[in-house]
Amino acid sequence: MTENGYTSDEIMSIVASRQLRDGQVCFVGIGLPSEAANLARLSHAPNVVLIYESGTIGTRPEILPLSIGDGELAEQADLVVSVPEIFAFWLQAGRVDVGFLSAAQIDRFGNLNSTVIGTYDEPKVRLPGAGGAPEIASSAGEVIVMLRHSARTFVDTVDFISSVGFGRKGEGRDRYRGAGPSVVITDLGVLEPDPRTHELRLVAVHPGIDVDDVLDQTGWQLQVVSDLATTEPPSGEELRMLRELKERTAVAHAGS
Amino acid sequence: MAEFTSLRAAIEDLVPDGSVVAMEGFTHLIPVAAGHEVIRQEKRDLTLIRMTPDVIYDQIIGSGCAAKLIFSWGGNPGVGSLHRLRDAVESNYPRPLEIEEHSHAGMATRYAAGASGLPFGILHGYTGTDLAEHTNVAIIKSPFGGEEVTAVPALNPDVAVIHAQQADHQGNVGLWGITGVQREVALASRNVVVTVEEIVDELDLRGPNGAMLPSWTIDAIAEVPRGSHPSYSMGYTQRDNAFYTKWDAISRSREIFSKWIAEFVSGPDDFSTYLAALDDGTLTYLVDDD
Repeated sequence: MTENGYTSDEIMSIVASRQLRDGQVCFVGIGLPSEAANLARLSHAPNVVLIYESGTIGTRPEILPLSIGDGELAEQADLVVSVPEIFAFWLQAGRVDVGFLSAAQIDRFGNLNSTVIGTYDEPKVRLPGAGGAPEIASSAGEVIVMLRHSARTFVDTVDFISSVGFGRKGEGRDRYRGAGPSVVITDLGVLEPDPRTHELRLVAVHPGIDVDDVLDQTGWQLQVVSDLATTEPPSGEELRMLRELKERTAVAHAGS
Repeated sequence: MAEFTSLRAAIEDLVPDGSVVAMEGFTHLIPVAAGHEVIRQEKRDLTLIRMTPDVIYDQIIGSGCAAKLIFSWGGNPGVGSLHRLRDAVESNYPRPLEIEEHSHAGMATRYAAGASGLPFGILHGYTGTDLAEHTNVAIIKSPFGGEEVTAVPALNPDVAVIHAQQADHQGNVGLWGITGVQREVALASRNVVVTVEEIVDELDLRGPNGAMLPSWTIDAIAEVPRGSHPSYSMGYTQRDNAFYTKWDAISRSREIFSKWIAEFVSGPDDFSTYLAALDDGTLTYLVDDD
């Protein structure tokens, strides 16, 4: 908890939730993105259409799902389709405005790793794998990325590209339907790709965060824009909605 | 035509050592009781296929039943890693496990191709990823204008094993809610085993996305109430999120895992011991604090 009365995770979720605009169609990854996307739906974007890879479209969960296929998602959905259909007819065909993802590693060109730390054949850590993310990253209109900032997470080059951002050399997105990562939200600040080089730059820090801390926690020489902004702190209303959502979720998941 | 049988007989007859088995369920309707029977019968050298291998595949792999895993996301949903899967991949314990890894979109396309009798399916995918270099995909050009697409080989498992809500007395199977790839895997596989919550006079097909698999597409049906725990069967059971969290602690240690498997899976005669322990609160006692 900072002296302002909110945690670094809370401001990350709240700032991330503000990125979603009302009425957008959003393909949601589990975990941090799911929390932020649902906070957006409960606050400023009531008409956002949330899609999960389990085939649930237009879902309005009362509590946050632990998995992408919790019953809550199906019960609260406008429609539920098969998994082949969700990827082919809805994502691949271009019906998704925003993909909302997290990962174990991100690099300076917004490439995401959720497969291995180390080499593929002899991994130091075998991560769960890419799941739905590769095609979300290539086919969604744009991608919002959300993950906690650390030098282990923000690396110069990812060990493995599970989901492509702008490619190993920042070469761009000519081969893909979607525009790629538009913004990266962390617990320290906000990064966006340079329109020309596609390299992620620091465009904002959260209130009270020192730029040097962000540079220390980034595994490449992070560029900082000249007009660096400070993010708007969470409002009392945003904090209340986030905490109520998490409280409802904790109560529901504890019971078995 | 589907035959009603015991789960034990279905697994004995249709899941021989060395076979290619897809036990599907996209978070929902996971055939856990059937997976336990595979462990109980000490099957060996299986090739396991599943988009989202979770707790039940962790148990099967940790029990040494599998030689290969074909998958797209191998984690404990919302919790973290599958520790038995990781131990197999990182340390070859209890035996080496070959992996063939895809994306979800790729696996879904592979099942749909298999169900369609095609040699491969196509999608926009894998491009720009390192996965493309480590798995069996190929970039091909459309004969109708030259657009590049990615081809993935069809999946045709020897046997599909799925859980569903209901079967009627004729052996027609009804399922609803998140249907994942249940129909695709059943129609892609040479043999199909289904466990159901209940055998009913008439299928409900209530709720979203109601679907049916006709009796003549299925080989064996066994009634196993709560057979998807800790997954769930919409309309019958709730997902046991707390168990998924506890599984992290059980599976972290080889010793605790082995003890747990012996006590609740391989030692007992059938799934009823597991359910009894679930009901009296002892299923996770090995890692409970109190």
